[in-house]
Amino acid sequence: MANLCGVVGIGQTKYDAKRIDVSMPGLLREAALRALEDAQLTFADVDAVVIGKAPDMFEGVMLPENYLADAIGATGKPLLRVHTAGSVGGSTANVAMSLIHAGIHDRVLTISWEKQSESNAMWGLTLSPPFSVAVVAGAGGYFAPLIHAYIERSGAPEDTGIRTALKDRKNALLNPYAHLKIPDIDFEQIANSPMLWDPIRYLESCPSSDGACAMVLAKEDLAEQAPHAPAWVHATAMRSEPNQFPGRDAVNPQAGRDAARDLYKQAGIQNPRQEIDCAEIYVPFSWFEAMWMENLGFAEESQGWKMVYEGATALDGDLPVNMSGGVLSSNAIGASGMIRYAEAAMQVRGQAGEHQVDGARKTLGHAYGGGSQYFSMCIFGADKP
Amino acid sequence: MRNVGIVSFAQSNARAEVRNEVEFLLPVVKEAVARSGMERTDIEFTCSGSSDFLQGQPFAFVLALDGVGAWPPIKESHVEMDGAFALYEAWVKIQTGEVDSAIIYSFGKTSPGDLAEVVALQLDPYCVTQLWPDADSVAGIQARLFLERSGKSERDLAEIAARSRRDAQDNPHAVTKGDFDVEKLLAEPYRTSPLRDHDCPTNTDGATVMVIAAEEKARELSKRPVWIRGIDHRIDPPALGVRDLTSAPSAELAASKAGVGSDKVDFAELDAPYTHQELILREALGLADDLRVNPSGGSLCSRTLFSCGLNRIGDAFERIAAGDGDRAVAHATQGHCLQQNLVCVLEGE
Repeated sequence: MANLCGVVGIGQTKYDAKRIDVSMPGLLREAALRALEDAQLTFADVDAVVIGKAPDMFEGVMLPENYLADAIGATGKPLLRVHTAGSVGGSTANVAMSLIHAGIHDRVLTISWEKQSESNAMWGLTLSPPFSVAVVAGAGGYFAPLIHAYIERSGAPEDTGIRTALKDRKNALLNPYAHLKIPDIDFEQIANSPMLWDPIRYLESCPSSDGACAMVLAKEDLAEQAPHAPAWVHATAMRSEPNQFPGRDAVNPQAGRDAARDLYKQAGIQNPRQEIDCAEIYVPFSWFEAMWMENLGFAEESQGWKMVYEGATALDGDLPVNMSGGVLSSNAIGASGMIRYAEAAMQVRGQAGEHQVDGARKTLGHAYGGGSQYFSMCIFGADKP
Repeated sequence: MRNVGIVSFAQSNARAEVRNEVEFLLPVVKEAVARSGMERTDIEFTCSGSSDFLQGQPFAFVLALDGVGAWPPIKESHVEMDGAFALYEAWVKIQTGEVDSAIIYSFGKTSPGDLAEVVALQLDPYCVTQLWPDADSVAGIQARLFLERSGKSERDLAEIAARSRRDAQDNPHAVTKGDFDVEKLLAEPYRTSPLRDHDCPTNTDGATVMVIAAEEKARELSKRPVWIRGIDHRIDPPALGVRDLTSAPSAELAASKAGVGSDKVDFAELDAPYTHQELILREALGLADDLRVNPSGGSLCSRTLFSCGLNRIGDAFERIAAGDGDRAVAHATQGHCLQQNLVCVLEGE
């Protein structure tokens, strides 16, 4: 990595089911202007914009970034639009970081967003591939069988998912931007919520949210001059694997394991469980926390659920996970990956307010997408790599 | 900046492909990989460009990945843009030093829908799209304004169409080609005044694949290395009433950043799907009036949306690799009325 990159500004919108108070441009500007304010910069200080979102069909606008170009300060600048399914928020940030790492630009604004209330994401997530049976059931219908396979393999107790959801829903109460906040949330409420896609209950699922997240990235010398401590990018990784072939392990995908291994190698991390202080990972359905703990190398195979049980991933555990409340509490789909990165970066900047982990110096941001086949990851550090 | 060379290129165009995207992409990938002299698994980075709205369902690129091959897992990314922008991302990836080679692919299957209406969805969703201004009508507004401002005539436009179709005869991938009499073209009715059918693109289905590599590897793999000397892209505001539609400031800026003006060029491949847009781009890129433009026939004679920009770059590459010129400009555009433009300068060793 020839040139260092620091996150010098972070901005998020309030996430909500329907942000009818703003248009699409208004939503993106809310996040972008907050990130610029954090960095004490303006649109004029930005050399390029990298924007990401999930399928255009979620809003019904084709290449919406072309329509949004001037609203996000991209006039006369390079504007790239990334789309890598659910991992897009992470990979958008990775592409933006690569512009700094390559020495092409000095400052880059990156934004990820979704305004699900403009359309119907459940319909948008329902594929009808030729010569195949359409699974008219959205993402939950796709992922439920993978969770069943995990339970069978690992012998995880059946309330693992409920416990994860309870933790994240409690964490969300500490996050001013979170969409779903249920003040009196308890185990029984989640356990008694309707079963949507067995074994996924209603309160173990992510909501549909409107929202945007933005980050301002800067090269080393400019990051050093930033008004608030930057989050230094220590490593980035992306991996993809095919959706279907007989040798694929969709429960613990090779692409995720490869990306994590590459990430730790770049960042000089030998023991991720000990060396990473906290992690924001993409958990749209409760059980995926336990599954990704294994995929990311924090736990041995079939042992991830024990971290949930032992409270290791709680805010006061040894590896807090999804301190913000996670995707379970706010899911503006295209933004969800970048929100994970932003929250991980906020932790090393000491900006996370009530859900700050004391002494967080090294953190992980993670996103996945497709049929558990696209992975984007990043390590942030309070110190330079 | 690291020197990056184009190593191989392959394309397929055919009106109304009966196969699905994965089926028609796969042979083109195989062809480009075979021509590169590398094994698919030795190519370190993959980047693609496509649009869900052409396929009519989300995640068009997810199934395409299965066809391209991604096992063991690969370093991969996708832009919801023309393949030319995927090339840009791959070029950036090589500049980071993380990889030395990349494969870029893009595809578009526009035949199942009414493309001119589909792309109306790129306009302002709150105020403009509801009026369903089809793409040819929007281009017609730009053409009218341009003719009035420049003093050019409909005959000038017809001559561009006749020249492009004549040149396209040498291009096996071009769809509309042949010898056409300008008088006869001008006798045809308007499609959207002042544009006639010959002023508008022939849309096709197809796929485009390119392999690029950093200097050392490119030298190893190429008889005559073709270098990407400069590449840049810029965007203008979208609202049709905001910017001067008879100009393309973003193309002008991208051309200057890519270094178009720093030396003479032998020809240009411009992604100008409408005849008048070639003239706007010639001005914006500062190209000489007598410079040969679109020896391939260009996007006018054969346009696979989301691939045609990468096609222009690939066509320029093949011409230089074959020794028909040393330095060329290649261009890609996206959005209505040349809103977003990518310019690159290619140079043979």
